[in-house]
Amino acid sequence: MSTDTQIATKTMNMIEAINSAMDVMLERDSNVVVMGEDVGFFGGVFRATAGLQKKHGKTRVFDTPINECGIIGVAVGMGAYGLRPVPEIQFADYIYPGLDQLVSEAARLRYRSAADFVCPMTVRTPFGGGIFGGQTHSQSPESIMTHICGVKTVIPSNPYDAKGLLIAAIEDNDPVVFLEPKRIYNGPFSGYYDRPVEPWSKHAASAVPEDYYRIELGKAATVREGEALTILAYGTMVHVTKTIVEEMGIDAEIIDLRTLLPLDIDAIETSVKKTGRCLVIHEATRTSGFGAELAALVQERCFYHLEAPVERVTGFDTPYPHSLEWAYFPGPVRIATALTKILKD
Amino acid sequence: MPETDRSPASNLPPLSLHIPEPRYRPGDTPDFGDIVVPAVDATQRPSEATKPDAMRDLCYGLVRVLDFDGQAKGQWDPKLSRERLRTMLRYMMLVRAFDDRMFRAQRQGKTSFYMKCTGEEATSVASTMALDRGDMCFPSYRQQGILIARDYPLIQMMNQIYSNRGDHLMGRQLPIMYSAPEHGFFSVSGNLATQYPQAVGWAMASASKGDSRIATVWCGEGSSAEGDFHSALTFATVYNAPVIFNVVNNQWAISSFSGFAGGERTTFAARAVGYGIAGLRIDGNDPLAVYAATQWAADRARTNNGPTLIEHFTYRSEGHSTSDDPTAYRPAEEPTIWPFGDPIDRLRQHLETLGEWDGERHEAQRIELEDLVKTTQKQSEKLGILGHGMHQPFETMFQDVFEDMPWHLQEQCTQMLAEQEAKFGPDWKPE
Repeated sequence: MSTDTQIATKTMNMIEAINSAMDVMLERDSNVVVMGEDVGFFGGVFRATAGLQKKHGKTRVFDTPINECGIIGVAVGMGAYGLRPVPEIQFADYIYPGLDQLVSEAARLRYRSAADFVCPMTVRTPFGGGIFGGQTHSQSPESIMTHICGVKTVIPSNPYDAKGLLIAAIEDNDPVVFLEPKRIYNGPFSGYYDRPVEPWSKHAASAVPEDYYRIELGKAATVREGEALTILAYGTMVHVTKTIVEEMGIDAEIIDLRTLLPLDIDAIETSVKKTGRCLVIHEATRTSGFGAELAALVQERCFYHLEAPVERVTGFDTPYPHSLEWAYFPGPVRIATALTKILKD
Repeated sequence: MPETDRSPASNLPPLSLHIPEPRYRPGDTPDFGDIVVPAVDATQRPSEATKPDAMRDLCYGLVRVLDFDGQAKGQWDPKLSRERLRTMLRYMMLVRAFDDRMFRAQRQGKTSFYMKCTGEEATSVASTMALDRGDMCFPSYRQQGILIARDYPLIQMMNQIYSNRGDHLMGRQLPIMYSAPEHGFFSVSGNLATQYPQAVGWAMASASKGDSRIATVWCGEGSSAEGDFHSALTFATVYNAPVIFNVVNNQWAISSFSGFAGGERTTFAARAVGYGIAGLRIDGNDPLAVYAATQWAADRARTNNGPTLIEHFTYRSEGHSTSDDPTAYRPAEEPTIWPFGDPIDRLRQHLETLGEWDGERHEAQRIELEDLVKTTQKQSEKLGILGHGMHQPFETMFQDVFEDMPWHLQEQCTQMLAEQEAKFGPDWKPE
């Protein structure tokens, strides 16, 4: 689609692409409402909703009390009325006060009412570390979301995907948790925190159509084709992984999962059967992380094709430390060590 | 903590922790003589546009209409037609007949669970009758009166209670957790007070669309302690949402008396004061007071004058549910000495005072409604009862998790169907 010369594209970073997705949907569907702490006049602490209130009005885009239980609970009620709410939780770390409304209500409403009532809500929330956010502005709670039955979990890794996936999420008739990797809002991250940040404008995926387009949920993207091993990643780690692999000259196949639930199992299976090795990477804590699910699925489906144990590169099982952020982060050294190990035999 | 934690030199008195305790336990002789019963016409009825801070006394008083002799009095008298009063009585009697029958069905092993609302019928029946048909109700678990007052088919309620093949929720929900969108009745959750912010969201949506419909929501005094309750009141006051909050203060949350929700310190209606919204404390056993208060709050909401919190002061006459035995924690005679009597008796007395009703008609109606419930029950039981055969195709377990079934659920469904075949053979069908 992006190669079609008929379509007007604009260079956007992730924030601008996410903003554009909401702008397009507010325009197209009068039932879409955007709400959250500081999202109205101010346009959000990360600027994701900048200009939307001015353009679409206060009843479509508005500030909320600092009350995540209320934000998600109210959105469930709006969905029952027939609106299509897009609440923002300012940091994923703040979602916990709203978790009962998400787990017991939003996720279960279709099932418990046999589709009498549904919850077409998209909860947008920035997640992940690498911005010196300390333990309450850095967490990656994706495996909590994937463990809830009834919620879809989406994580984009670039501006083009972010817009297309967010539009598909907003149009979805089930609740979607849309986790935005805040470290790459302004540019893809190499994993080297001491190097200058490259802006999105130098990346092909910053050419974003200004109008409506969708990227279907549940479809992974192959970021790099290769034969030596399969790397399963999402969000920020897609870019970190790609940098290290290219530095080491490894012919890795990198799959950007994009949607964790429903997962693109076919893409994973096809790739691992081809390469015979699989490395799973995420920034979240290790134990019961989404990597455990991926490793289990790969061994269930590809065991006789594997030439080495499935490896995991993850954050440590500690709260996200403030000053030692880069010792926690699964950066170049941890990834290189794992790559060397998995390719040894 | 070490014993010597307090400095021995301290001359401060030791702190003490207060653990609330109800005044009466089994074996005690309860006395409700200290409950203040204001005169029936003592409470002023302010205009629906009155600012909340000018009517705070209503959070601490008690709106009443019916005196204990069956006369409707005072400014709050909704002056309902006699036919409407008879309809209200009929609905409340039908709720009670339904409750008695379904409680018995649970005891007979026909279902797993049931919850009666005995003594609290007015808090849902009369309030629903004061709403418009299009207004949306977000019930807790003891508001079967809403469905009855909106003429929801009894058989559908029973089918849900039995999880039988007529249950449109396909046996997924615990008995009584109905869902009836066509009757303006939101899906009942098993988690408490979660419906509170949802009702506010529905009301906000209605307001943002320029609709004229309002939302109403119920919880018990016990679950008013939940964070969701306070989230809801915060959002409602911030956005001036057209919503009516009902707190059914029936004194008991399973075995915990209202003191564990803060009832020793103030009224539940007074929660409204801190949020700057209108609050009314009413006699929840007085159907006309319930009707009048709801009508007032509905008019207020509908004219963009904002939300109202109504505390229905009432008493849970029976156990929390079929799983509860209240004689284990409170005196058995408490319900019988409740100073505000029984809502059905009180409306009956009022109609008799008006010359619109008598003992003979009452008895005839009671029998007629019992028969209606019994007949309907027989029809429902033809569609199955819980635990006697399985009534839904197994694959329905996997439907409606999402709009479309993703691959992992399809795989698990296939696995389950194989288990079904291994257990029951290839020809098994739901009963």
